[in-house]
Amino acid sequence: MNRQNQNQNHSKESHSLWGRLSAWVNGEEVQRDTQQEIHPEVWESRKNTDVQPTVGETGETIRRLRGFRRFYIVACVGIGIILVSLLLFVCSQMPPFGEVDVPTNNEVTQKYIEDGLEDTGATNLVAGIILDYRAFDTLGESSVLFTAVMSVLILLKKDGGNGGGKGGGKGDVSEESRQLAAEARFSRESPNIVMKCVSLILIPIILLFGIYVVLNGHISPGGGFSGGAMMGGGLILYATAYGPESVKRFFNFKLFTGVTSGALLAYACMKIYSFYTGANHIPSLMPLGTPGAILSGGFILPLNVCVGMIVACTMYGFYSLYTRGEI
Amino acid sequence: MSFLQFITQHYYEIAAIILFVIGFMGLLLHKNLVKKIIGLNIMDTAIYLFVASRGYVFGRMAPIMGDPSIPANTETYINPLPTGLMLTGIVVSVSVTAVSLALVQRLYKKYHTVNLDEILLLVKKEVKT
Repeated sequence: MNRQNQNQNHSKESHSLWGRLSAWVNGEEVQRDTQQEIHPEVWESRKNTDVQPTVGETGETIRRLRGFRRFYIVACVGIGIILVSLLLFVCSQMPPFGEVDVPTNNEVTQKYIEDGLEDTGATNLVAGIILDYRAFDTLGESSVLFTAVMSVLILLKKDGGNGGGKGGGKGDVSEESRQLAAEARFSRESPNIVMKCVSLILIPIILLFGIYVVLNGHISPGGGFSGGAMMGGGLILYATAYGPESVKRFFNFKLFTGVTSGALLAYACMKIYSFYTGANHIPSLMPLGTPGAILSGGFILPLNVCVGMIVACTMYGFYSLYTRGEI
Repeated sequence: MSFLQFITQHYYEIAAIILFVIGFMGLLLHKNLVKKIIGLNIMDTAIYLFVASRGYVFGRMAPIMGDPSIPANTETYINPLPTGLMLTGIVVSVSVTAVSLALVQRLYKKYHTVNLDEILLLVKKEVKT
């Protein structure tokens, strides 16, 4: 009787931290209240998924998995040690860091450095290389970014086929409500007054600096990618502080698709023109201008603007697709 | 060549190699899919560090020709080519990370876990039934 009473006491006390601590000190089995320790939303979603396999196959599968796991860890560490020693050996055969006579500093580099300013009109040689000499590379890179954002759009955009309840199984209702709650958290205005005030001051500065970096890409460090990432960051800050509804006033899905595909098409058209004129030795209609001026560098400035627009839209698109499943 | 000399002459490359192997081990050993993606990103960073450090030459300037009085030849500027190539690499790694994170989010929506082992067990069960 006493024993039973104790047990009851135990189960009552075990919910509190002190009860669990005293049970642990007394050497009793600590009853963990899993539902309270895991966040209720997470618990609610996990409960319904039958993560635990049935008893019959459990023992065999888990034992096999554990055995494989042990072998796997040993094999991985072995691979790591072999890899690091191999790479260090190769590295010890290379010329030292910062030397002049390394094979990478060959006649290609010499050509780029000596003729780059005359050929491209850009004082920033890196911009000249990626947007003039090797612009085909950068076109492929922009297409990769475009493809990535399209894949994320296909995977995460909320529409008929991509609804949250599709894969939920038994936990459809609770899972869907949980997702809706999480999305609602991201789609309303931030209640934090400090964040709102600070972002009110910061967002114009961030956006202006992004535009400055994009427009000065050919005469100073920076360019379309870094400036576009800054502008995307400014948009994300605006969306977190004031809610996506206020971003939607000037940046909706239609504008997103229009700007990304339009900028990519404009990029491709400009490059087709310059490849055509370059290959046929026709003088290009685009003047190179005086080096160092903002209107110089031929096609580099418009190309930078195109790339910057693609990157800014893509960054904001990723953010808003991950959090809410729509733009 | 002594060991100390090797370290002082190649410290950028050694740091890149160590970062690369850390990322690779993270990719192989973690069960959590998000941590696997973080490992992949660390590997990317190691590659950028390695290639960009190959183009550097001591005592030379960044390849931005703001001052026309400085002669434009290989004696004054570092190699701009590795930097430009790595710019491409950064964007590609951003795209790869974005697509893989989207896939992980879809997997989480279906199986409610990001643990690879749990996902594999659930898939196996699904195939059986």
